[in-house]
Amino acid sequence: MAESETFDVAIVGGGLAGLSCACETAKAGLVTAVFERGAECGSKNVSGGRIYLGPLRRLLPEFWRDAPFERLVARESVSLASGAATTTIELRADELAKDAFASHTVLRAKLDKWLAEQAVAAGAMVLPESRVDRPIVTDGRVSGVVVGGEEIPAHVVVAADGALSLLAKAAGLNAGPKPERLALGVKEIVTLDPGRIEDRFGLEPGRGAARMLVGDFTKGLPGGGFLYTNKDSISVGAVVRLDPLSTGPSGPESHALLDALKAVPDVARLLSGGTTVEYSAHVVPEAPFERTALDAPPGLLPAGDAAGMVANYGFTVRGMDFAVASGILAGQAIVASREAPDRATAAREAYLRGLEGSFVLRDLAAARGVMTFLHNPRLYGPYPQAACAAATELFRVGPDGRPFAFKPALAEARRGLSAWRVFRDLWRARKL
Amino acid sequence: MRIDEKVALDAFRPDEEPHIKLDQARCRACASRVCVRSCPANLYAPIEGSEEMKVECSGCLECGTCLTVCPHGAVDWSHPRGGCGVRYRCG
Repeated sequence: MAESETFDVAIVGGGLAGLSCACETAKAGLVTAVFERGAECGSKNVSGGRIYLGPLRRLLPEFWRDAPFERLVARESVSLASGAATTTIELRADELAKDAFASHTVLRAKLDKWLAEQAVAAGAMVLPESRVDRPIVTDGRVSGVVVGGEEIPAHVVVAADGALSLLAKAAGLNAGPKPERLALGVKEIVTLDPGRIEDRFGLEPGRGAARMLVGDFTKGLPGGGFLYTNKDSISVGAVVRLDPLSTGPSGPESHALLDALKAVPDVARLLSGGTTVEYSAHVVPEAPFERTALDAPPGLLPAGDAAGMVANYGFTVRGMDFAVASGILAGQAIVASREAPDRATAAREAYLRGLEGSFVLRDLAAARGVMTFLHNPRLYGPYPQAACAAATELFRVGPDGRPFAFKPALAEARRGLSAWRVFRDLWRARKL
Repeated sequence: MRIDEKVALDAFRPDEEPHIKLDQARCRACASRVCVRSCPANLYAPIEGSEEMKVECSGCLECGTCLTVCPHGAVDWSHPRGGCGVRYRCG
């Protein structure tokens, strides 16, 4: 095939990583194609619902000012749920929402469609309804993709095809999706009048709330729940690790965990009167990031979820900021190596340097300890139960009228927990 | 709300070609059937009167869970063809 018919860059997947990359390469004049298997960008994409823009401040193109976000998050809370009880820590602080570079709730069908329009405006070819069948691999190098049986040669291929990344597997980068590296998220969109959302969550008009929950609704499985307020809907979802979910002959049904979350009285109250309009599910990277996820053959740059770029710090869960950043950095690397004799190798080296010089690899590495700590099954049943039991003892005045109940609260909290295990868990938490 | 009612809320464009194929020899030998309870759309079920499994591809949310959890590698899973499958309006 003649050089002139070779794309400078073929991007697999029109999500945040792929489209962010396309905006960079197309703006610089490179011939850029984005292959999106959905009917339009965003139509296959699921997220919990919140993007942190803080780390992206220096990277984001100007047009992000007009991105179709849902609400700027101004209230954060974490709840421990046990039976019908919830113990909640809530933060309401000006710092959370002091400027646009804070965190926003999002709906991906809207956001990704908008970003695709920006990529097209920059000059990229965004091709929906285009499923990439496989990469073209010759002599250990990726030199294009096969789309609908047709070979599309490209100097550089970007794997931005999400957490499952069948492309990365086909290129020999990994052995395919593994339960020990993934969690399953199931989510409903529940529509509700904006005024009622603001009343229930205690929000100023236009501002949003985010709530994380852990507790017995995951039936002892490591994972949790989330609530994010959108403009006129609430995203409610449950996330559980796949390896314990799928071990052994019995266990809970994955879809029942979301129903169990919605049945927690404090959650049911927030959703009451709302209408479920969409049900979605997807796997999400849930293992500490491995640097080997970037050891792709020359010609292939993995970005975002396809490279496993998700960090769970317990109180914050991040993925979309890494996707946008890695997409931009991949694009900048491809642009910088456009004149190199071996563009594929030069782009890979420039991409790795870019990731190392940014917050991406640093922040992913920083989550390693927490993500390992979060495997502890006591966090998902015994500790929420202990917290709710202790709080009940502290706040309740029983018929015998004792005014101060710290000791019985402690005794209640420790019921069924081995002191040694609690001590060991606290010791580990101290080092995080 | 029942799970099939939830799935029915979503928009789908069916692909005549099933994008999930099961290796029934491996399904017959499987005792755990983790696909049944793992699938968030509840699309997997044993075929009555046999030891084989069926999967209802048309309600697939394309999450990839069955492919990931099957301990026997019995799930041959590709994305539906371009433009086909689930179409999220919110996401």
